[in-house]
Amino acid sequence: MLGLLRLSIKWFHSIVIPLAALFVMPAHAELRIDITQGSVKPMPIAVADMSGKSSVEKKFGRDIARVIATDLERSGLFKSIDRKAFIQTTDALRSLPRFGDWRVISAQALVQGRTELVPDGRLRVEFRLWDVYAETQMVGLAYFTIPDNWRRVAHIISDAIYKRITGETGYFDTRIVYIAESGPADKRKKRLAIMDHDGANHRFLTDGSSLVLTPRFSPELQEITYLSYFGNLPRVYIFNIDTGRQEILGDFPGMTFAPRFSPDGKTVVISMAKGGNSDIYTMDLRTRKVSQLTFHSAIDTSGSFSPDGKKIVFNSDRGGTQQIYVMTENGKSVRRISYGKGRYATPVWSPRGDLIAFTKMHKGRFFVGVMRPDGSGERLLYEDFLVESPTWSPNGRVLMFFRQSKSTPDGKGGGSRLFSVDLTGHNLREIITPMDASDPAWSPLIP
Amino acid sequence: MRFKNFGVLATVALLSACASGSEDKGTTSGAGSAATAKPTVSAAATNVIAPGSQEDLVANVGDRVFFGYDKYTLNDKSRAILDKQAAWLNANPAVKIDIQGHCDERGTREYNLALGERRANSVKDYLVQLGLNSSRVRTISYGKERPVAVGSMEASWTQNRRSVTVVQ
Repeated sequence: MLGLLRLSIKWFHSIVIPLAALFVMPAHAELRIDITQGSVKPMPIAVADMSGKSSVEKKFGRDIARVIATDLERSGLFKSIDRKAFIQTTDALRSLPRFGDWRVISAQALVQGRTELVPDGRLRVEFRLWDVYAETQMVGLAYFTIPDNWRRVAHIISDAIYKRITGETGYFDTRIVYIAESGPADKRKKRLAIMDHDGANHRFLTDGSSLVLTPRFSPELQEITYLSYFGNLPRVYIFNIDTGRQEILGDFPGMTFAPRFSPDGKTVVISMAKGGNSDIYTMDLRTRKVSQLTFHSAIDTSGSFSPDGKKIVFNSDRGGTQQIYVMTENGKSVRRISYGKGRYATPVWSPRGDLIAFTKMHKGRFFVGVMRPDGSGERLLYEDFLVESPTWSPNGRVLMFFRQSKSTPDGKGGGSRLFSVDLTGHNLREIITPMDASDPAWSPLIP
Repeated sequence: MRFKNFGVLATVALLSACASGSEDKGTTSGAGSAATAKPTVSAAATNVIAPGSQEDLVANVGDRVFFGYDKYTLNDKSRAILDKQAAWLNANPAVKIDIQGHCDERGTREYNLALGERRANSVKDYLVQLGLNSSRVRTISYGKERPVAVGSMEASWTQNRRSVTVVQ
């Protein structure tokens, strides 16, 4: 079980160089998307293949452009214009855009760029984002990286474009850790798996010999905390991505589960069952000091820190049914916040701090929704037979969750897939995984 | 249809239980309907059953009890099964057991882990009350991870909300 896979994420050493604007225009009404609106009409954008001298450079240029176009399109905020409609060729674009050619095909924004393999073996990628109507450069940057990291460069460029146009930090240069599922429902094999946010670079982290559940990233992404039934003892583990090492968290007499890192990565909040009763604890990862936060005969579980680390939102049935409560990080001032109809579970604090996402169960249906930290403003974003476990994009604008379909007695159905939906309730997208998937956790932006 | 399925399941379980005996193999007995218990017994009768074995427990006592939705309390039927389990454990003093707690799929994963733990401990507490030494019992919750009946319908959910006593 130990050391199954070494997978480092510290290999990316990029140098970012701002490119000078090719020319400057007077101030004008800027190209902008307001992503707080309910339904956004996607902005038509042309992402041209990046130019390159050699065929290898040209291929990088093509591949990078397509990843950028797909990223932007999937955000629901952009419509990537079919490159077959392009009039100005990639080669001709190497000097300057002929803006008229892009206006004719209704492009409001244009992305162009260039790739070059430099003598030391690194790949240099530069891009420029143009406002087609104002005929100005909105942003221009160059990156150096090892060629194998071309997809990351593409995602970083997508983030730069998203940020320039929406004014918000992006979420494309991120990863998802989740549970890959296979086999019949009564003998489900579950493996820890990790992939880029778009499903690329998929890797399994465990071999399926032990049941594993509910993985979550540390803030710097080097570690994943999760539940494993290794040795038939359900306990919280920490998986180190750099070394591949899996280590049990602490020495607890009973089942430990529902782990989450604190925002500074120094603490893990968990639940522990003792004599059948589950309470919430924290463990300081450096000193190994364990603190019990709840002392209640009810089920207290699914703790999640606020982004400032000062509060913990959790799930308890102390009021008779599962509801959401907030307390301070040391277990004081417990207050119930959910008062709607039904049962509420799996609360997760938004990275922006403004909302708490949850799973709700009502009349045999499951919902993913959000409410403010005081419990007001409940909004349900998605409903189905079984949806569960929302996780936030690092900019707090998108939620990912899993959806399990109904099964029949002969074993048909029951599949489980990952989906994302914008906070607006629009733009539902499936995240394609090689097999069934559950318990997604969205990473922060890769450092 | 249902009857036939369980007959097959039970036979498979008895054969494989000899090899490991450490997992819930999907047999149904105890507080299940009479229809499901019968084939278990008849299938078992064709094998030689060692006293104190999992097969013995399944065939002659009942290895599981069932719970209501989001409940962990024992009803009269469950207590009757557990009374028999306690007597059986008393008659087989060398036997140590695991009590598994399980849930149906209609709850969230983490909450169900906690609920399964509650169910397993309800059973343990009752057996200990009846005189079982607690050092002979371990509990483990599987939440909704190991359903015994497949199918998103009440008939399956009823069977999945269970505790299963497994000889270690």
